[in-house]
Amino acid sequence: MREVAVVSFAQSASVRAEDTRNEVEILMPVVHEAIERSGIGRKEIGFTMSGSCDYLAGAPFAFVSGLDAVGAWPPIRESHVEMDGAWAMYEAWVRLQHGDIDSALVYAFGKSSLGDLPDVLVLQLDPYYVAPLWPDAVSIAALQARAWLDAGHTEEEMAGVAARSRKAAMANPMAQVKGDHAVSDLMREPYLVSPLRRHDCPPISDGAAAVVLAAGDLARRVCERPAWIRGIDHRIEAHSLGVRDLATSASTRLAAERAGVDGAIDVAELHAPFSHQEPILREALGLGDGVDVNPSGGALSANVMMAAGLTRVGEAAERVIDGRAGRAVAHATSGPCLQQNLVCVLDGGVAA
Amino acid sequence: MSDDTPGPVEIIDTPIKLVYRFMPGRAASRFLRGIEQGKILGQRCPSCRKVYVPPRGACAACGVATDEEVQLGDKGTVTTFCVVNVPFYGQKIEIPYVSATILLDGADIGLMHLIQEVAATDVHMGMRVEAVWCDPADRKPTLESILHFRPTGEPDAPFDSYREYV
Repeated sequence: MREVAVVSFAQSASVRAEDTRNEVEILMPVVHEAIERSGIGRKEIGFTMSGSCDYLAGAPFAFVSGLDAVGAWPPIRESHVEMDGAWAMYEAWVRLQHGDIDSALVYAFGKSSLGDLPDVLVLQLDPYYVAPLWPDAVSIAALQARAWLDAGHTEEEMAGVAARSRKAAMANPMAQVKGDHAVSDLMREPYLVSPLRRHDCPPISDGAAAVVLAAGDLARRVCERPAWIRGIDHRIEAHSLGVRDLATSASTRLAAERAGVDGAIDVAELHAPFSHQEPILREALGLGDGVDVNPSGGALSANVMMAAGLTRVGEAAERVIDGRAGRAVAHATSGPCLQQNLVCVLDGGVAA
Repeated sequence: MSDDTPGPVEIIDTPIKLVYRFMPGRAASRFLRGIEQGKILGQRCPSCRKVYVPPRGACAACGVATDEEVQLGDKGTVTTFCVVNVPFYGQKIEIPYVSATILLDGADIGLMHLIQEVAATDVHMGMRVEAVWCDPADRKPTLESILHFRPTGEPDAPFDSYREYV
């Protein structure tokens, strides 16, 4: 495998609603910042890859306008996935394996404030038997939380994840929901959709994120300590919720094995929009108690649809690049109840 | 299979309704507010100096923000056009009518609009046209506040003046 690393990351501050800026106006400064930090000239970027979802804006081909932020003239090599930007990064990584180009820009953006997100997400469900019932995204997640609780867990564990995430987010200027809460206080909150309380659910966010990937010598030249992608894999489970064991994540476990998640991991950025999903992922990834999970505050603190997964990669990579982490794992999810999962191992050291 | 076995289901109705907010962004909001006041506002790219109208806050070619606002006149040149002869549901104007790309004076991108007050057969490339605005009291933040464009009667613009925009 060709060595490819994340060499820079940028993100916008997550907010509930960007009231004046459209997607391009949010995205452009983020893209510029990521490119500038990479030390690679904009015109030297070999491939541009994006992730977004037209259903968020309710406009077909909304993703095309994202290219206004990039400057696609003379025509550039470019592609898009209607998925979280983490999958866009996967495609860029594959593209860099071809060996003919050495760098890629990956960006993602989402403006959920234009619609009613829990309802918009219904459209990712089975269109014949499930979507016509309009089960909103929070209710679907609550089904999973119940299955997980019934497998022998407690709501206190969930509140513990929320409290730790919000506290960690106090050190993240880009996070949206932050604060120091006692678990006992959170447990006194009313249910939003039982067994989920508000703190068990992610905020609805507007924002954007971008990373720059570079291969081999280019990465070493522009970055003192590149976050090398030592393993990356993504797996998907069945569409029908009824055939899955919602209390575990088989796809994450398999992706983690393939990506090479091991005992040397010291930091994990997990895309767990709902509190109960973090322990499900921890278990599937085999993370021990010594691993620092979601030091950024995670998706419970800022959850830009289509960018939150790429942001996990960026947050993990940034910690490797600046030396706070030696070997990190980044995880992204897509679909209802952790249906599809991507796992990426980032390491600052030389290849073993 | 006996004759009274129902056939396969071929259609089911699963209505979907999602309501969205329209959010044009800062640049397009400035443009639409300008239209409301009878002004056409564009933006100039700081890099290639081209003027975009309607502005989108970005130069798609250069990938940079376009912060400099430029007020354009409401006269321009027809760079290309088509004659619509096909009736369709919701059509408001009588066919045949002309839909054209109009390069406003000072702009670097054509604006789509209708050409009226002239026979469709007389519309041509290079024709000089001007905006016909609706009554100021009726102006809204939409391009419909310009009812259509009509010929100014000026001599045609030479092809070289708009060849880059065809």
